Amino acid sequence: MREFTDGSTAIVRGALDAGCTFFAGYPITPASPILMQMMGELPKIDGVAVQGEDEIASIGMCIGATLAGARAMTATSGPGLSLYSENIGLAIIGEVPLVIVDVQRLGPATGGATTVGQGDVQFVRWGTAGGYPIIALAPSSVSECYSLTRRAFDLAERFRCPVFLLTDKELNMTTTTVEVDEYDKPGVRARAALPSTELPYRYVPAADVPPLAQYGGPGAVRFTGSTHDERALITKAPAKVAQLNEHLRAKIEDNAGEIELVVKDLQQGATTLFVSYGVTAGGMRDAVAQVRALGGTVSALTVQSVWPVPERAIRETFAGITRIVVAELNHGQYRREIERLAQGIEVVGLHRVDGELIAPESFMETVR
Amino acid sequence: MNAPTTVTTLATYRNETPYPFCPGCGHHSILDQLSAALNELHIDPNKVVLVSDIGCSGLSDQYFVTSAFHGLHGRSITYATGIKLARPDLKVIVVMGDGGTGIGGAHLLNAARRNIGLTVLVFNNFNFGMTGGQHSTTTPSGAVTSTTPGGNLERPLDICATVAANGAGYVWRGTSFDKDLTGRIVEAVRSDCFALLDIWELCTAYFVPNNQASKKTLTTILDDLGFKAGLLHRADYPEYATAYRKAALLHSGKPLPAPRPITPRFESPLARTFRLVVAGSAGGKVKSAARLVGEAALLSGLWAAQRDDYPITVMTGHSIAEIVLSPREIDYTAITRPDAMILLSREGVAKVGSQLAAMKPEDQVFALAEVADVKTSATVHVIDPAKIPARLGKGSVALYCIAHALKALRVFPIEALEAAATLQPSEYAEKNADAIRAAVA
Repeated sequence: MREFTDGSTAIVRGALDAGCTFFAGYPITPASPILMQMMGELPKIDGVAVQGEDEIASIGMCIGATLAGARAMTATSGPGLSLYSENIGLAIIGEVPLVIVDVQRLGPATGGATTVGQGDVQFVRWGTAGGYPIIALAPSSVSECYSLTRRAFDLAERFRCPVFLLTDKELNMTTTTVEVDEYDKPGVRARAALPSTELPYRYVPAADVPPLAQYGGPGAVRFTGSTHDERALITKAPAKVAQLNEHLRAKIEDNAGEIELVVKDLQQGATTLFVSYGVTAGGMRDAVAQVRALGGTVSALTVQSVWPVPERAIRETFAGITRIVVAELNHGQYRREIERLAQGIEVVGLHRVDGELIAPESFMETVR
Repeated sequence: MNAPTTVTTLATYRNETPYPFCPGCGHHSILDQLSAALNELHIDPNKVVLVSDIGCSGLSDQYFVTSAFHGLHGRSITYATGIKLARPDLKVIVVMGDGGTGIGGAHLLNAARRNIGLTVLVFNNFNFGMTGGQHSTTTPSGAVTSTTPGGNLERPLDICATVAANGAGYVWRGTSFDKDLTGRIVEAVRSDCFALLDIWELCTAYFVPNNQASKKTLTTILDDLGFKAGLLHRADYPEYATAYRKAALLHSGKPLPAPRPITPRFESPLARTFRLVVAGSAGGKVKSAARLVGEAALLSGLWAAQRDDYPITVMTGHSIAEIVLSPREIDYTAITRPDAMILLSREGVAKVGSQLAAMKPEDQVFALAEVADVKTSATVHVIDPAKIPARLGKGSVALYCIAHALKALRVFPIEALEAAATLQPSEYAEKNADAIRAAVA
């Protein structure tokens, strides 16, 4: 059974099905359809949706609400993400589960409000001070907008960190056909209760993530954005600071295998590998079908979990490959990651920054 | 009024850690009075969240046994708002310095406007005590700080007048020396509205030595500025978190959006991908007419994608809809060379020049007579506007022309378009069906 729908709607449905109870956002093209739909839907399930006075307030409200028991999401685009920066850091250090949708448009600054771009892929990774890891998922179709939104809520809960859903103007605003029955529905874990006898934070073992301490229960709960000990009291003690910061790194990087999500379409005998993510992977799939229909060979990799880089899964696609083509709507941001992994293999960038999508024909010209 | 039935009664809501503040700093007195107020309020400490900003006052939450949130500079109000919206039963108390009223001014103003149930204590000592005594939004005119060595040229923000004029439910101004501060905090928390207490105090590290300030000069500053002290404002606006839930009750339990699958009822002869572009003007219902093409394609067992382009000012300028139809899943939605184009206006035509230029003689253009003089190698079919029945009106021209073209293009049975028009009951369903029938007749 098919439906004629768009990515914004799929994200909203994914969020509601994942148990989202709180949304705050500020109007911005092309993310506004999510805000408008959440404002209409959340009151139906006794949730809260609010339009903040700006993006800073919006993400701040989401963080506060999460500590008070909500499961929160916000949505914006490049200029708004710039304003989220400081609070992304707060969610990292305070270990707050939070889903942030970045509906990318062409930047920098106001850029092209109604124009597609993928210029935020490194921005979401390094978008706040300190350089600590986050998780980012990039759907490449409307049905993936649904399934990866669910996945984002699950990972946010699992790792207690901001999880980005990296989409774009075309995915969110183009109406397209989806097979309703084939929607992938990954499970979303419930929020575990922290026993009131336990401290709000725990750093050892470094890769373990204890449940979130929430307000309003039987004990007092402390939260801080300053470097803190397990009681959430500010500390400068080097040993404790090191434990905290190692925990923030290890909980994501040492569990990268749990986050890893790619789609491999490998063909026997292929020497060219296309690598892409998000909306650009659509043109890639089209090109792969055309190359093969013409009797050619080519392999393709769609990276869904763009951060942390799914290194193991990516390397597994390199066997027999002599040329890797990394396609993205920026000047080669993710190509840097592929080059790092593909030592000895030629890596070619396929880029477009004029607000148009990369055509299948452009992919086809790069096949060796 | 909302006294809980069982609470942990504490003699003090302070923990045993001594304050870290400088000798003579006003923070000591304010926090002691906050503790006394909580004691008088007899609140379960677990149901109080102390939200602190940045600056010396931002350290405050660590000396209390209540729940606490210590976030980023100026943003305390936003976290507090989120907490209150998610759990309206919690008592949320914000502790911020005068610095926070500057960097977080927009949040303060908008929280007041919403009248959200927060109690905001402004520890106002006229400068940044933690970072070296720089001037703040409340530094009195002429005052010497590390960043106004020749005296402050700016006029200080009247926090109380600002929030009072913009929706706050309770506004009080006083000093850390005032004996009734405890009672005022109690009153503010009980009022369950946006309550702000602007508490003037002394920064003994910077403001006092730089300005020979004392308990006495606090009054002089007030008088010089013409600012008032005491209970300045009370209003009875609805509290936001409560009002939100009350309003939400009207929607509670209504069904969430579910997929609206379209079951094929027609068959399409289309064996390859077909690309159609409709170029018209804003207000011409191009988008909604194009959507019917997509739905008609699904009714015919095809896959469809629709990509719209229009200026950010939606009611003026061009409106372009690019529609891709295919017997297979569509992975790529952009159109370089259309198989067919429907041209409705000059504004639309101006945007599709490169697509028109890419078309070949086997491609088809359907153009209203006034825009049929386009440069293209495609075969151009002119639509005579005189043949469009007057009863249809301007809003149906796009759909009429689309139906006219689709009848000739045969990508799916034209009956599918009429069926799409009446898929959902709407005020436009019959009007749209009428336009399609007129075009097909």
